[in-house]
This record gives sequence, structure tokens and C-alpha cells, in this order.
Amino acid sequence: MKEEQTPAALSIPEETLLKWEARGIKRRDFIKFCTATTAALALPITLVPRVAQAIEDNRVPVIWVELQSCTGDTEAFLRANQPTAAEIILDTLSIEYAETIMAAAGHQAEKSKDDAIKKYQGKYIAIVEGSIPRDGAYCCVGGKSALAIVKEVCGNAAATIAVGNCAAFGGLPAAAPNPTGAMSVQEAVPGATVINLPGCPVNATNLTATVVHFLTFGKLPATDKLGRPLFAHGKRIHDNCERRSHFDAGQHAEAFGDPGHRQGWCLYKLGCKGPETFHNCPTCRYNEGVSWPVMAGHGCIGCSEPGFWDTMSPFYRRLPQVPGFGIETTADQIGLGLAAATAVAFGAHGVASALRKNEHDSKEG
Amino acid sequence: MLELRYVWEWPVRITHWVNVVAIVVLSVTGLYIGNPFISVSSTTPYVMGWMRFIHYVFAYLFLMSFMARMVWMFCGNRYASWREYFPWVTAKGRERIVGTFAWYTFLRKTPPYEVGHNALAVMAYAGVFTLFLVQCITGFAIYGQFEPGSFWFNLTQPLLAVGNQQLRLTHHIIMWLLIGFGIHHVYSAALMDVKEKNGCLSSIFGGYKFVDPEEEVE
Repeated sequence: MKEEQTPAALSIPEETLLKWEARGIKRRDFIKFCTATTAALALPITLVPRVAQAIEDNRVPVIWVELQSCTGDTEAFLRANQPTAAEIILDTLSIEYAETIMAAAGHQAEKSKDDAIKKYQGKYIAIVEGSIPRDGAYCCVGGKSALAIVKEVCGNAAATIAVGNCAAFGGLPAAAPNPTGAMSVQEAVPGATVINLPGCPVNATNLTATVVHFLTFGKLPATDKLGRPLFAHGKRIHDNCERRSHFDAGQHAEAFGDPGHRQGWCLYKLGCKGPETFHNCPTCRYNEGVSWPVMAGHGCIGCSEPGFWDTMSPFYRRLPQVPGFGIETTADQIGLGLAAATAVAFGAHGVASALRKNEHDSKEG
Repeated sequence: MLELRYVWEWPVRITHWVNVVAIVVLSVTGLYIGNPFISVSSTTPYVMGWMRFIHYVFAYLFLMSFMARMVWMFCGNRYASWREYFPWVTAKGRERIVGTFAWYTFLRKTPPYEVGHNALAVMAYAGVFTLFLVQCITGFAIYGQFEPGSFWFNLTQPLLAVGNQQLRLTHHIIMWLLIGFGIHHVYSAALMDVKEKNGCLSSIFGGYKFVDPEEEVE
């Protein structure tokens, strides 16, 4: 007989909930946040109280630096998620320095950063947004080169979270011909403890979950070979896609706006890079779980993969351009030409061979 | 007097024909997977699902066949041996290469005497076997991504550094190269059958070729 399994009673202490209510966050929202974050981390639901406890206990200092970036990750983090969730995590974090949101400016701002690095040395989380140019001339803040800034900020941090494809892999600034010599945080500060949260922009849910994991367990979550957390990048988009059944059935949108596209068929033939991209977009989505590119009708462009701007383009074709051929020529056209040329060449050879006389013929005939 | 000689042993013939069937099936299903040319209106047919399933089954079949042939390189007779595949290493082999090339380009009247493969053919096959290897590796590297941590994923993960899309492009281009090779291969076999008059075409079914011992110089 199978034992009846009663889920263990989960409870977040009443005083914790009251404390959050006093800060203007409804207990329902707080529980939702803890549960959703635990689920995003692929942790068992029994850990919800521990997550709540961790958020309650810790106040982690954060230094958020922006280098060769478009501030898209900051925007994604500040605006996109449920306002309460952002409030919760912002209440939990003590943001010591973040160009976009801090009140201080100029020398005061730089001083607060220097003070924080000294005061919380080895204890704070560094969040880096944007890539780092090899040559300081392309990106300076407060008279310091980007490289010097990340070396100082990431080198003294307990852990660094590289948000967005630029910080994680170099992103758009590093796309060919990479005029600034842009590199990722890992390349810039090889010795630092770095976790990569690529995506363009970073998914705020994944960033929050990574921070919560650090608060709960005191370490960064497990990663793949590219330094991306497995909870967020452990599966391909294609394998969790809501349009997958259309792919398997053979229902493909042929053009934007055609009947198949309007019926939400698979975007594979429109160049969707879901089969090449490891990210949890189909399950987490963006902007409070409202939508994500494929749901909105546009194929994935592989923005969480290294060098996606170069390797995943052309974005509206399945395969990359064949080196040495024109941009309009596909691999199939070249292949077909090759096969035809072979057939013609050997056909001609066959005709010539049939006409030629050989020794046996003359001997026997 | 002509004599019959057993040239292609059964593992060579079986792997040859398994490869033929597998390459045809893999090319057709692979072309569909790369560019789904059949579109259906209802969700029931499972066209892509079947195409992929068949592709993977024949991929395993092809891999097994390829590996069996590689093993036979070390167990088979002299015509199947790996030594056959590097004629350019020996002076005699180089002579055979030049002779075959001259015959193909109409510079000499009779094809050089051969019992097994001719010198240019084995070199082509060495290239084709290399393509087979790359095709198997890239194919299973793409296949393994459905489950990170799986056997194929762990085995082929370093290749992802080359770029996921480059793997696909390589896989795709090699398919076309193999199709081109297939055209050449069928033509050359037929040509040799006509010109050498040694039962070249039927030998890959039955294994026997006609050999004239008087012509054979060792």
C-alpha cells in the first residue's frame, strides 16, 4: 500500500508577516513572492519558510555598476517584476551604489562606492551590467576606466552577478568587429566569483531568485559550463515552448502575419532560435509573467547565448550564412548547386567515356 | 583464365547497404527537419515528431554501421583493411593514384589493374569516412541538447564552444557533400563495371569479382 503523503505544514511566522505588513506589503504578496522565487529556483516547496526567513534576516549590501550598457537590465529589474516583489527585494538589499537610482551624484556617489567597498569588503554582492572595454578610453566613470572599476568592485565582492548578455558574454558591444575590445566580467576579472545571468535584458525573476539563493544558502546556485545558473538555463527554450505542439505536428508559420502566424503556430521557419537557446523564458516569461518574445509572435534570437549577435544571425533564418557566399545564399541553395554540378560533371564524363575506345573493345571487336 | 575472388566480405557489404539506406532516410528526414516543407492544418498528424523520431533511429543505425565498419578495418581482409585507405604513403600507391587519375582524365587508354578499390576511390572513401565521423559527432551534439547532463550532451558539450549554429550548418553542408558523393559514387561504380568488366556493380551484392591472375602483378 502506498503511504498517504500529507504535505508538511508550511508556515511563515506571524511576526514576519506582520513586519512586512507594517512596511506596506500585504502578507499575501509576500507569500506569493517567497513561493514563486522558491519555484523559480527549482527548490522544493518545503523550503518556502527558509526563504522567507533568509529574506527577513539578511540585509545584503549591493554595488551595482553600469559599464558599456543600455540600462536595459536596470529597467527590467526596477520596473518589470511585480512592484511588491521589487519592493521586497529592494528592502532586503541595501543598494550602496547604483547609477540609475541613487540620489547622490558626482564625487559623493563615487565616495559612497569607495566607502561601501571598504566597509563591506568580501561581504557585498557586486552586480555588473554592461561589457568592459579593453581600452579605458571607451568607458570611464569618475575618472576610472571600466576595467579598473570591475577589478576593484568584483575583486572585493563576496560574489558578482553579471546581468545581461553584455556583462555575461560581452553582448552587443563585443559583436564583430568589436571596436572597443569589449569583454565579459569573467574575462575582465578572471579570479572573481562570477555567476552569469545573460539575456537581453536579464529576467528580473532570475536575478531575484539568484539573490535569494545567495541569501538563503550563502552561496551562488549551481551553474552550467558557461557560468549560468542551471535553474534558469538548464533547459532549452524549444523543449519547454508553448508552441512546441505545433512544431511536432508540422504546423509552421511561413511568414509574419500569415494565417499560421495568426493562429500561433510554430515560428521555426521564421528563424526562431529556441532550439539553440538555453533559458527559462517559456516558464518564467517577462514583465510579471505577462509575455515573452515567442508568445508575442516573434522568434527567439538566442539572447542568452554567448556571442548571439554574431552566431544567431540572420535572426530570421534557420542557418547562418555560409562563409564566402553572398548573404542571400542559403546552405540549401549551395548544396543543390553542388549536387547539380556533380551530376553534370559526371554526366559529361560518362558521355566522353562512352565515346572513347578502349583496348578491350578493339581486341574483342 | 578468369577466376572468381571473394573481395567484399559480408560485414563490408552489410555496412555498405545499411549506410546507403540510412543516408537516404537521414537526408530526406534531415531536409524536412531543416526546412519543414510539409505543413499540416490540424495538430493530429505529428509530422515533425515522426520525422525526428525516424531521423534519430536511423542516426543510431548509421552510427552502429559506421562503427562496425571501423572495427572491420582491423579484422577484415586486405581489401577492407585500413591500410588500403592511404595509398599515397607508398611509392606503388602513388603510382596507382597517378595511373587512375590519368585514366579518369582520358590520358591513358586502360584503367590500372585493381582487384579491390582503385587508388582514387579509397582516397575518396577516406574523406567520406571523415565526413561520416563529423556528421555523427555534430548530429549527436545537436541531439543531446534536449537533455543537458545526458550521455550525448556531456560527451559533446565542448563542441558548443564552436557555436550551436555552426554545428547545424556543418551538419547541413556535410549532408549535401554526401549527396554529391553519392552521385559520383554510383556513376563511377557503373563506369568501372562497364570499363573494367570485372563485375564491379554486382560484387557489392555478392562479394565476388572476376580477377585475371595473369594481369595481377604483386
